[in-house]
Amino acid sequence: MVNAQILGGREGADMASSEPESIVSLRDLNVHYGSFLAVRDVNLEVPPRQITALIGPSGCGKSTVLRCVNRMNDLIPAAKVTGSIIYHGIDVNSRAVDPVEVRRRVGMVFQKPNPFPKSIYDNIAWGAKINGIKENRDDLVERCLRGAALWDEVKDKLKESGMALSGGQQQRLCIARTLAINPDVILMDEPCSALDPISTLKIEDLMRTLVEEYTIIIVTHNMQQAARVSDQTVFFSLDTNRTGVMVETGATRQMFTNPQDSRTEDYITGRFG
Amino acid sequence: MTIRIEYERELAELRDGVVSMSSMVDKAIARSIDSFRQQDVETARQVHESDYKINEQRWKLEDQALTIIATQAPMASDLRWIAACLHIITDLERMADHAAGIAKIVLETAEEPLLKPLVDIPRMADLGRAMLADSISAFIQQDAEAAREIVGRDDEVDNLYNQVYHELLMFMMADPRTIARATRLLWAAHNLERIADRTTNICEQVVYAVEGRITELNVSDY
Repeated sequence: MVNAQILGGREGADMASSEPESIVSLRDLNVHYGSFLAVRDVNLEVPPRQITALIGPSGCGKSTVLRCVNRMNDLIPAAKVTGSIIYHGIDVNSRAVDPVEVRRRVGMVFQKPNPFPKSIYDNIAWGAKINGIKENRDDLVERCLRGAALWDEVKDKLKESGMALSGGQQQRLCIARTLAINPDVILMDEPCSALDPISTLKIEDLMRTLVEEYTIIIVTHNMQQAARVSDQTVFFSLDTNRTGVMVETGATRQMFTNPQDSRTEDYITGRFG
Repeated sequence: MTIRIEYERELAELRDGVVSMSSMVDKAIARSIDSFRQQDVETARQVHESDYKINEQRWKLEDQALTIIATQAPMASDLRWIAACLHIITDLERMADHAAGIAKIVLETAEEPLLKPLVDIPRMADLGRAMLADSISAFIQQDAEAAREIVGRDDEVDNLYNQVYHELLMFMMADPRTIARATRLLWAAHNLERIADRTTNICEQVVYAVEGRITELNVSDY
């Protein structure tokens, strides 16, 4: 198994003398579910400390691709991922790499907020504890809650249940929990789809703050959200076999004002189909 | 197959509104020159009054465009097209101001005969009106190549303006008592020269809407 130091994470990233061009590179990535080819030949460079948005119609494989980055597809028995997922220079799709270690370095926030049925404090401290993080617990909890822009709202009720928070607060708690394990990449799979507009904007503001230190890859169906928050946008579509394909990648500003591929144009102007 | 029926209807309504406004402006230019040629105060007054209606049309279209942006979140070529509409209606409104400027000269000086029969000034008006019609057609057809061709015709208008300018200068130098009447002709010619310039702005918006490139097509020699 490849250990944490080799994988890098935030500590490894800090040791690097210069910022690499890509923190994650997907090369010739294909994903099968049984005999069905779900995603074909994805080649994608994810720049560090930027937000990369994956957009596309339902079923085009964007969440599947996202889950490859931290080996979450390993949890689906029928899933088979081929190709390379280069993270800090190491192919984390290799059998030699421990997927649990990958997930420690590549955090994930899901569509529906899923705090543990524990106190706000323990939601953050517990993950750090089982991952052997030695930072003072109180300091860690405060740092992560501040990082997730939640501290001021919960600092007086840290012993109350995380489940008692509003949906938007729960999602920020989940982001704080992710920060506790010191990842350097955060995957977000439709993190605002269950939230009201104000909570959504808070998460988006938070993302723009987090990206100063972390790399974020987000899957979203909300194109306005992709346009608002991301630096790079990747458009996926479906071929005639209903296999997901990556159509176009570009700076978000260009993708939403002057996309180069007519399929992207049709999708983002709402003329798809 | 479109899946945004209401959105498409709103875009079509905006497009029709721009075409309608361009017709109003074209009519104002034509009538302003008629009133100038014939020193017809009544027609000049109508041109002046039509300017208010054109202004109202501009505000109405601007409101429509902003409403589409606010409610439909247009993207890519749709967004560029709507942005172009906003620029084009501003240029159309200014072109109408130039026509009203010509009408105003008539209203202020109709009792005096023209210094000389009009030859080049009506030609400038004809060229400017043709450029306007073609630029709006290029916008509707999304034809960037046609837009680039139209811009080249601005040189003809500029040449006519220079011709008018030098001719009137000769009048003024020969007999300084003609200066006031010559200057009014020069004002009219200048308004027409600016109208042609405004059509080149419209053409630049066509190129932007179609190709996504902000380009200055009519680069000055100066």
